[in-house]
This record gives sequence, structure tokens and C-alpha cells, in this order.
Amino acid sequence: MITLLNYTLAFAAILMLVALGGCVSEHSGVINLGLEGIMVIGALGGALVMKLMPTVGGFGLFFLVLLAAVFFGMIYSTLLAFACINLKADQTIVGTALNMLGTALATVFVKSMNLKESAGNNTSSVIKYENKKAFFTNIGNFELNWFMIVALVMLIVVFVLLYKTKFGLRLRACGEHPQAAASVGISVFKMRWAGVLLSGLLGGLGGITYITTGVSEWKFEEGVFGFGFLSLAVMIFGAWDPIRIGGAAILFGFFRAIGRVYPGIAFLRNLNIPPAVYNMLPYIVCLIVLAFTSKKSRAPKAEGIPYDKGMR
Amino acid sequence: MNKKRSLLERDGVLTIITSVLCVILGLLVGFLAVLIINPQGAFGAITGVVENFFAYSSSRLRIYNFGSTLAKTAPLIMCSLSVLFAYKVGLFNIGAAGQYALGAGAAIYSAYCLQLPWYVCLLLGILVGGISGALGGILKAFCNVNVVISGIMLNWISLYGVNVLLKPAMDPSGKDTFRLLKKAKDSVLPNIGLDKLFENNKYVGLAIPLAIVMAVIIWIILDKTKLGYELKATGNNPNAAKYCGMKENRNIIMTMFVAGALASMGGAMFYLTDVEQWNVNASAVPGMGFNGIAAAFLGGLNPIGCIFSSYFITHITVGGLNVDLKIYSAQVSDFITAVIIYFCGFVLFFKSVIIGNVKRRTERKVKALAEAEAKKGGTKA
Repeated sequence: MITLLNYTLAFAAILMLVALGGCVSEHSGVINLGLEGIMVIGALGGALVMKLMPTVGGFGLFFLVLLAAVFFGMIYSTLLAFACINLKADQTIVGTALNMLGTALATVFVKSMNLKESAGNNTSSVIKYENKKAFFTNIGNFELNWFMIVALVMLIVVFVLLYKTKFGLRLRACGEHPQAAASVGISVFKMRWAGVLLSGLLGGLGGITYITTGVSEWKFEEGVFGFGFLSLAVMIFGAWDPIRIGGAAILFGFFRAIGRVYPGIAFLRNLNIPPAVYNMLPYIVCLIVLAFTSKKSRAPKAEGIPYDKGMR
Repeated sequence: MNKKRSLLERDGVLTIITSVLCVILGLLVGFLAVLIINPQGAFGAITGVVENFFAYSSSRLRIYNFGSTLAKTAPLIMCSLSVLFAYKVGLFNIGAAGQYALGAGAAIYSAYCLQLPWYVCLLLGILVGGISGALGGILKAFCNVNVVISGIMLNWISLYGVNVLLKPAMDPSGKDTFRLLKKAKDSVLPNIGLDKLFENNKYVGLAIPLAIVMAVIIWIILDKTKLGYELKATGNNPNAAKYCGMKENRNIIMTMFVAGALASMGGAMFYLTDVEQWNVNASAVPGMGFNGIAAAFLGGLNPIGCIFSSYFITHITVGGLNVDLKIYSAQVSDFITAVIIYFCGFVLFFKSVIIGNVKRRTERKVKALAEAEAKKGGTKA
């Protein structure tokens, strides 16, 4: 049971971080479908730090890894911001391109790095399991992942930022009615850039959380198994509200965790369901949940529409 | 004004120019990336990707491999048509990858496990993907679920589902399904003599002409029929279409059915030619569907354009195997494809820049003419 809790919270942390990223971006009026790619690139940044600085340990390493993931995520998200905000490109196409680009770029880079180091090493993984142990603290049987705390902190930060600050109010105005926001002197372009960059920050954090939890060895060519999109579903289910997103993330994390730990639970093992069904479970649950919750959408009204000054 | 429109102002010409621009930019960025990763051999890597089968020395091998590239193009044409068809109706069919997988799964299952003739296998494959697509359409029409999200979820569900379905068809000596050419000869698509043209390449057959015919049919449906007009109207302005008495929900569901059927037809076709076998332990959604998105936009969202863009993307993907695997990985071509899609997002921007330039030039000309005329008029008076 404790492992189930462990995995639930670990997956929830990933989903929460990325969904918050999507939430901030959509509140500013830009749909960020490229979260999956941002996660991969953020993870690449963190993984490179872990690989290149094996001597730094403990909290220092944790801090550097966080910083690298955030930095890479934000840099990568500028591709989306520039295309969608400045050039008014189709947000769906650019987002999809970023997802493909993220995996391809990271794979090409990591593979050639490995090949350079030792001929014939054609794998696309960077870090080994031992490196990751630095980020865990055991409390009894419960393995506390430091990223869970990061996720919780970010949840509070995003909530305060969106609903208790002037910046948050302006950001949300740009997602609801950008022309009205512009008429009172708010720069829509700047606000949307801020939204996308913040989503890059949170997406990068989600990416590094993903590769340090749950998976024993992670290959870059596998991407993040649709976690970016699951997070968007979490965001929709959470009605674009940070606190509800937190709850939704735990629910989806739970279903994901069942797929991981079911062989250890006697009741589920005895049901003799093929493992693939457990793999499908989070996606099926997601579809059903969306079918019941999407009717009354609370999406920001202007999301997905490029800002046009002349349109009032 | 019945002044003749300048060549650059014609939409078709503009589309071709922007697509070529996207390709050139994509190759350039790809080259730069390879150069940064490892300068030694970077030029060779990019030329290898672009050359593909031209890199072979004997003309026989070149023709044979041209045939193989064509065989791999056929399913991509289908996937790009699927994305294109949905996009014209305002829906983004990112689920093409899952529908492709379903088509492949149903076709292989009915071929190996049920030993059905090829046309039945193909038909079943088409049907399964169509139903999956329609499911996404129903969720959109009645529950307002975003098609992109439901498409991604269906992708993963389909992938795991197909893996379970094809477990009995797995060749125990590897992790792929059995070769259909050996185990179910009647289920393999007929060659209709095309193999003779490509140095007896047994993978070249019905799939290629079939894909081209489908492209033409989709073009006719979209551009020349009332149905196509209605569908496009629904995509452009759902409210206006509703006001005119078009059934929005029906149109959405039907569109997604057709889109799903097209993508899964691609999957069924490809695996029924036996070029590749399905990996039963696959943990990633097939890239064909995503490349379909690239091909659709690179083709300027025109069914006929899709044939050429699909060929180009397959050409560089196969060419990716030419890179020196001691230095780089074959994913270099995936990278280039992704960059090309990214630039495809800018098509509108490119077009507006070109049109703006042309307009400015003609304006200047008109102005100069008017000034000259005014001067003339001045001397007269």
C-alpha cells in the first residue's frame, strides 16, 4: 500500500507541475500543446547536469539540476512564444512540431554524445539509477522525492500569482479579452510571453521530475509517454484552477500508479487482467472523465486566438 | 481593375514557394544542428539524408530502393490525407497515429489469425480506424471534448490494444509479427505487375496507385461536391453553417470517421505489403501519424500536394539511414522533419510577407506612373 501511495504522489507531482504550466499559459491566451517537448528538453538539461557534475552531491546538485531544467524549459518555450505570439502561427501546429522536435533533438544530441564517449554505445539514456538516489529521503517505508515538495510549492506559488497579484489579474485579462486588456494599457504581447515562459519553467520542472521518478532507466527516444497531454487533461478536469488541478493530478496519478504496482497487490493480481489494460487505464479514465466534464468548459475565452490589435 | 495578377499573387504558386522555403530552412537548421554536435562529417550526413537511394552506385540498386521508398510513401500519403481532411473541417486529427496502428492491427490479425483474403483485411482495417475516429468525433460533438486531447488518449489506448491483439501473431524467434509473405500469402496486397518495373521489388504493388487514387478522390470530394462545401463551411464558421441548416454534429462525426478510415487504411496497406512487421512490444505510438501532420502542412493542405510532400518526407526519413551511424543517429531526419513542421506554422506569415512585398512594389509602380502622368499633364497645361 505504501508503494501505491509513493507512486501516486510521484506521478501526481509530475502531472501537477506540467498542468500548472499549461494553466498559466492558457490563462494568458496561448494553448501550449508543446508541453511534452518542453518536458523532454527540460529533462535533458537536468540530466546533463547530473552527468557532467558527478562530484557535486546532495542539495547543491538538486539545486543545479532544478536550475538547468528550468533554464532549458524556458529557452525551448521561446520557440512557441515567438511563433505563436509574434508571428501569429497556428498554435496547434507549432505545439505539435515542438513535441516532435523535442524528442528528436534530445535523441540526436544524446546519442551522438554517447557515441563520442565510447564507440558503439548507441543508447539514448544519460543517467543511471544511482545518481537519482540523491533526491530521495526515506521516511520509514515512504520514499520522499524532493520534487514532490517542489510541486507543492509551485502549486501555492501559481495560485497566489494568478489570483492574488496584479500580474495575475493582468495575465488572466489577456486570456479572456485581450483587446479590453490592451485598452487599459496592458501589453498583451508581454503578458503572453510571460505566460508561455512560465509554462516552459513548469514544464521543464515536470520533465526532470519525470525522469527521476518512476522509471528505472529512461531513454530520450521514448519521450514522456503522453504525460504532457495527460497533464493538459488534468488541467481541463481541474477547470483551469490551480487548487482543483492539484486534486485532479492526484486522481490521475493514482490510476497511473495502479498500472505500476498492481503485481504487488494480491486482489488485483488475482483478477488476471493483461498488463496492457493497466497501461491503458489512465488514458481510458481520462477520456471518460473528459466526456463528463468538458460540456461546461471554463476555458479562458480568448485562448488559441492570436492577438490582433485591430479586432475589437 | 482587370489587371493581370502577378505570378506571385496566385495562391498555388505562393503555396509551393512557401513549402520549398520550409524545406530549405529545415535542411539548413538540420545541417547547423549536426555541425554543432559534430563538425566532422556533418556535410556528408546531410547529403546522405537528401540523396537517399541516389547514394547507391549501381543503377539496379537505385531503382530497387526507389521502389522501397515509394512503398513507404503510400501509407504516409494516407495519413497526410487524414490530417488534411479533418483540418479542412476545423479539426486537428492528431489521432492519426493511433488510427494507423488500429488499421495495421486489424489487418495483420485478420491476415494471419483468420487467413482472410487481402481485400477483406484491408476493409476491416479501414473500418476499425474509422470507428475510432468517429468515437473522437462523437466525444467532440456531444461532450465537447477537445479532439487533440481525445486523439492522444486514443493513440495510447490503440497502441496497447493492438499489442494485445497481435500477441498470437508474434514470431517467437523475434519480437515482431510473422512475415505475411510466408504465413498468409493470400492476404498480401497484389503487385499488379508494378514489381517488374522496380527490379522485382516485391514490396511495390497496389498500395501506391491506391494511395494516389485516394488523394484524387479526396480532392474531388473537398473541392467539387456539395458535401465538401458543407464540411468546409462547418470548419470555417460553425455558427454560420448551423444557421444555414447544416448539421454541425453530423458533419463533425462523419469527418472524423473519414479521417480515421484514411489513416487506418494507410496502416492496413503498409503492413499488408509486408515491408515491415509490427513490433508487439512497441512502447511508442507509430511516428507515421505524426509525419502525416508534417506532410499535410508541407503539401499546402492540398491533396495533390500531399503526394509530393509525403514522398519528400519519406525520402529523407529513409535517407536518414545513410548517415554515419558511428557519429550520428538515424533520428537526424526526424529532427529535420520536425523543424520543417515548425516552419510550416509560419506559412501564413511567409505568405503575408511575400504578398506585402508584391503589393508594395506594384503600388510604387502605380505611384511612379501617376507621377509621370501628372508631369506630362503639367507640361500640356
